[in-house]
Order: sequence, then structure tokens, then C-alpha cells
Amino acid sequence: MATEVMQSAEPRTNYLNAGHTVKSWLLTLDHKRIGLLYLFSISAFFFIGGIYATLIRLELVTPQGDLMTAETYNKVFTMHGVIMIFFFLIPSIPAVLGNFLLPLMLGAKDVAFPRLNLLSWYVFIVGGGMFMLTMINGGIDTGWTFYPPYSSIYSNTQVTLAGVSIFITGFSSILTGLNFMVTIHTMRAPGMTWFRLPLFVWAHYATSLIQILGTPVVAITVLALGFERTLQIGIFDPKLGGDPVLFQHMFWFYSHPAVYIMIIPSMGVVSELIANMTRKRVFGYHFVAFSSLAIAVFGFLVWGHHMFTSSQSMYAGLVFSLITYAVAIPSAIKTFNWTATIYKGSVSFDTPMIYALAFLGLFTIGGMTGLFLAAMGLDVHLHDTYFVVAHFHYVMVGGAIIGYLGGLHFWWPKITGKMYPEIWGRISAAIVFLGFNLTFFPQFVVGYLGMPRRYHSYVPEFQVLHILSSAGASILALGFLMPVFYFAWSIKYGKPAGANPWGAVGLEWQTPSPPPTENFTYQPVITTEAYEFEHVEEIKNAGKAEALQTA
Amino acid sequence: MAEHATHVPGLAHHFVSMEQQKEAGTLGMWIFLLTELMFFGGLFLAYTIYRTTYPEGFLYGSHLLNVPLGGTNTVVLIVSSLTMAMAVYYSQLGEKKKLIFFLLVTLALCFVFLIIKYFEYMSKIHDHLFPAFGTYHPSTTGPHGIPLELQQPVRVFLWIYFLMTGLHALHMIVGAGILITLIYMAQKGRFTKQYNSPVEISGLYWHFVDIVWIFLFPLLYLTGFHVSGAGH
Ligand SMILES: [Cu+2]
Repeated sequence: MATEVMQSAEPRTNYLNAGHTVKSWLLTLDHKRIGLLYLFSISAFFFIGGIYATLIRLELVTPQGDLMTAETYNKVFTMHGVIMIFFFLIPSIPAVLGNFLLPLMLGAKDVAFPRLNLLSWYVFIVGGGMFMLTMINGGIDTGWTFYPPYSSIYSNTQVTLAGVSIFITGFSSILTGLNFMVTIHTMRAPGMTWFRLPLFVWAHYATSLIQILGTPVVAITVLALGFERTLQIGIFDPKLGGDPVLFQHMFWFYSHPAVYIMIIPSMGVVSELIANMTRKRVFGYHFVAFSSLAIAVFGFLVWGHHMFTSSQSMYAGLVFSLITYAVAIPSAIKTFNWTATIYKGSVSFDTPMIYALAFLGLFTIGGMTGLFLAAMGLDVHLHDTYFVVAHFHYVMVGGAIIGYLGGLHFWWPKITGKMYPEIWGRISAAIVFLGFNLTFFPQFVVGYLGMPRRYHSYVPEFQVLHILSSAGASILALGFLMPVFYFAWSIKYGKPAGANPWGAVGLEWQTPSPPPTENFTYQPVITTEAYEFEHVEEIKNAGKAEALQTA
Repeated sequence: MAEHATHVPGLAHHFVSMEQQKEAGTLGMWIFLLTELMFFGGLFLAYTIYRTTYPEGFLYGSHLLNVPLGGTNTVVLIVSSLTMAMAVYYSQLGEKKKLIFFLLVTLALCFVFLIIKYFEYMSKIHDHLFPAFGTYHPSTTGPHGIPLELQQPVRVFLWIYFLMTGLHALHMIVGAGILITLIYMAQKGRFTKQYNSPVEISGLYWHFVDIVWIFLFPLLYLTGFHVSGAGH
């Protein structure tokens, strides 16, 4: 990897040293600082969610429910699911990397609405704080899906408070989506046409579309659930004339597309990683760009595949099953195009590329097993088993989180101006990959054999598989903890990164690291398409790179 | 950052031009309205499902609502949309006095709507038709009587009525806040021929809230109005 380390002699003002007071962070309107505020907040939630995951895996080491009661176990897996989905995965890439990079990639000074951007973080913190309150008050036990009538009348845990906190957090997601969409439409630098946009930006456009169209529906759904509990009206309660299946329709109308809120940004990251780490133009740029939109649009038409077994008409199920299959097409287009990009590229095996390759394999397994579940006949057997649990963890962890980690490593030098220790990055990536597969692959098997999800005890013949899974989880936990330490270490002791340590294309690499508050000291004008590596070489040869870095 | 501030009055530092800022603001409001549409959309879905499930309950429920009051409110809102449009028009001409006048009229109409809505709600509560907190005890006889077997379905209609019109009224209250802010800003002379997009963007919001009511009125008040002999 080419690493030109060029440091200007005099200390430069950048977004990090532009102010050191707590106030300068908490009242910042700078999209880069807001991205970091999100980074710290969602990392905290990730580790809280991880503690719950640890408790789940500890309980499942033995077939008897001996570590905790069934009720406690219900709470533990619910808290794990809600925290990981609503407070970590949904904000993860958009709110951290998207916030930081989108204006840089577009050649803009900031997002379209900086105040709204800060507001979205505060809304997130209020929602997250209320969920912490829920946790302190005993948590909830409904499962992250909140199905009534259990959640509406039977559960006597903090469902209303949790519902309100998710309602509030939803607005943070809506505001981010709205902000990004307007930013992409109106804040592009001169010459930045739609088909010169990096694929990361296309992915965020598709994600924003889902956030805008889907999140309000889940907001009104949990609001209705809250009203049902507090006012005793029969919205979903059959005893009072309501229809519990209506909740499932409304919930999944958001929550299936929400899966794409988590995975599409990760796909955007992987497009950037693969292009820059193989030094090749992404094969089939237009197809990769439009497949993000296609996934977003198809994603709204498949929610019924969660209800094959809940009194939905068989014919409706048939249509939902078919459309679910259709989502595989744009996903496969991406996977094949990435593979074709790597072919004959000059591949580097730095940490970001290891994550990108891991994503390719794990997402393929996660996506393909999704097709098993989309088949109605097979789903009757696999519904609510560990097969489903393994499937969505392959997509959510193997896809979304792996992509997020790859992106974090790739842009860490841009964010902090320092290189992380490459060797530790590679080791932890390998540990994450091994630990992940050891954790979740046995769950496919145990699910296929008939182990239902959400149970704290099981028949003794499943124990070997569960022990494998729990052992894998401890390895995975180590892999997730390591970056915390070496990232923190690198801020103080890391090698200075220079403007473009990877020799990457993209506007964000044509400004110093860390970038100045206004992002660019010159007005960027775009004259080439994204991923023009020949062009980058030309600039370097002409010695212009230096000019850019000191500009 | 601060030293770049406003060469042109009203232009935020991160925008290149007034046109870009206006485009961003307008698009932002349209997208926001799209989210609002999806938000109300969930309730319209619930309405559709339950109206199909309980057609008779919805007929009875609809007859409990006060059509003259609802109709008056419809007219009030349509007129307020006109006055809002006038306010936008005069803000573009930079005519401060007329702008403030029409904003004030719009605000007044907003309050008229809310007051009428208040009396409608109170009469429902008075007739024990509020579907929550166990206060729902409709009589089986009299002008607001509901046959026993229909009391449950009518209750479903009533929570839909209260939830949808309640959320709509909440949007009206937010709208009143926006109008007051606009009047304050206009008084301070913040709007000029060049800079008036806040008025225009708020206008979009106002029209949206009106349109929601245009759908709510026939769906809730006029359901089965054409069915002779239904209800009482
Ligand atoms: Cu789904």
C-alpha cells in the first residue's frame, strides 16, 4: 500500500482542535463532530447489548434453565434485540460514517440542515436515555417485536416506556434520513453529477428513502400500542374488537425494510473498500447504484413473509414469497459485481479489505439462507427456530457490523489523522471472522434440528452445538473489544496518516486528515467519475498531490 | 465559521447561494410531509381494515358525529388555506403589512377550528362516548343510543375518530406555533423580496394539515350519509 506521509510543519486547525470545551462538542453543528458524538453513544449501546448477548450465551451452555428463570431470560433476549437493533445497528453506519463522510464526499461544507443534525443526536440520546430507564426499571420481556396481545395486555413489564423511547428514537432516524436526502440532492459540488457519486452516497440515498417512508409507520404503531396500554382502548386487542395481526402488518412494514436500513449502508462501505483496496473501478457502477434503490423499493413489498404462519391468506403469502425472492436479484447483482471488481485487481490485504472479503462470504450465506425462509413450505418448518436467528445474525453481524468495522478502519486515518496498528487490525479481523462463524454456524444446524428461538432450556442432544456457539461468542467478544484498545492507542501513538494513506480516490481523501472545519480550503470541482484510479496516478505523477495537501 | 457569517442576510454559511438554501428548505419540507403522510397512513390503514371488518359499527359511529360542526370546520380550514396562500403571495412581494394581516387571519381561523373541535370532543365525553379509561358507557336508547351488539364496533370507530382527529388537532397546534413565530419574524422585518422561504415552507405545512382534514371529514363524518335508514 502506498503510504505517503506528508505532514505540514506548522500546526493546522482542523475540526478536532477547533475547540476543546465540552460545550464546543455538545453544541457543535459540524457534521464531523456530530458523527463522533454518535460514535461514542452507539458504541456504549453496542457494549450494553453485548452484555445481554453474553448472558444469553451463558444460559445456553447447559440444557437446563439454571442461570436465570424463564422470565429473566425473556427480558435478556428482548433487551439484547431492542438495544442492538434500535440503538446500535440502525444508527451505526449512517449516523457515524454517513454523517462524517457524506458532505466530504459531495464536496460540501456541511449537511443541508446542521441544526437538525445536532437535534437528531439529542433526540437519540433522549430516546436512548429513556430506554436505559426502562432497563433500570426491570426491562421488557415481549421480544423486540412487541407482538400484542402479549405486549398490549399481558406483559406487566415496562412496555409503554420502552415504546415511547423507540417512538422518540425513530424521529432521530427520520431526521437523519431527511437531512441526508436533501444534502445529496442540493449540496453536491460543481461537476458532481449523480453518476459521479461514490457508491457509498447512493447507498445512503436508498437508506434515507427507507428511513423516511418506513420509520413513521413504526412510530404510529408503537404509539398506538402505548395508547392501548395506557388508555385501555382496543386497537390491537381482540377482546375489545381490535386485530392483533394488524400490528404485525404495520410493524413489519417498517421492520423488514429496517433490515435494509442496516445492510444497505454496509454495502455502500464495501463498494468503497473493494474499489480502493483493489485499485479498480467498481464493475457495473450503474447496476450497483441502482440495486441499492431496488432493494429499498422491493423491501417495502415483502413484509408478509414474517406472517406465513399468522393467519395470513395463503395467496397473499405466495405473493410475498415471490417478491422476497426478487430481493435476491439486486443483492446478487452487488455481490457478483464486487467479485468482478476484485478479479485482476491489485488486491491489498489490509484490514479494511479483510473485512470486505468477510462481508462477501458472510452476507452471501446470510442472504441465501433468507431465501430458504422465504420459501413458504420450508418456513413452516423453520419459522421461529434458531435457523432464523442464525440467518439474521449472518446478515446483521456478518453483513452490517462487519461492513461498519471495515469502514471504521478504512476512514479512521481520515477521522483522527492517525494510523491504527495494521497488524492488530488484521489479527482482530481474523478473530472476529472465526468467532462469528463459530457462534452462528452451529445455530443453523440446531435450528434445522428443531430448536425454537427464545427458550432458556432445551433438550440435552443440542448441548454440543450450543457449547460451540457460546465458545464462538467469547472469541467474537474478544475480536470486538480489541479495536477499542488499539483505536484508542492510535489516537496518541499512531503514525500520522497524511491526507491519503491508502492512495484512495474520493473527495474525502483530497483534504487533510483530520479535515478542517469547513472540510475543504478550496472549492472542489469534479471532472471525473468515481473510482478513476488512472486519474489519481496522473495527479501524483504531476506532483499535484502535494499541492492538494498543503492547499 | 463565524467570520463567514451572513454576507447576504438570511443566508447560512454552509450554503453557496440563496437559491441553494431555498431549494434545500423546500425539498426538506416536502420530504417531511412525506413522513407525515406515512405517519397518518398507518391510521388510514387501520381505518380501512376496521371499516371493512365492522361496516355497521362505522355507520352508527359516523352518525354520532356532528356534521354541521365538522362541515363548518372544513370551511374554516379551506378559507385558512386561502389566507395562508395570500400571506405567501405578499411575502414574495415584500409587503410586510399585508403579510402580517393574512398571517393573523390564518392564526384566528386556526383557533376557531380548535375551539369548535373542543366543543365536539366535550359533547362526546358528555355522552359517555369517549372510548378510553373505561368511560365508554353509551346508552342503548335516545338520539345517541347504540344497540348493545354494536357497542364494541362503534367503540373501534370512536378510537379511530379520536386518535386521527386528535393527531390532526395536535398538528394544528404546532401550526399555530409556527404562525406566531412567522408573525414575530415578520414584525421584526426579517422577510424581504429576496428572503421569504420560511413563509413559503410553512405554507406547505399548513396546506398539508388542511388536506389531511379534507380526507378525515368525509371518511369519519359522512360515512353512510348516503345510506338511507341507517342509524336513527
Ligand atoms: Cu423480513
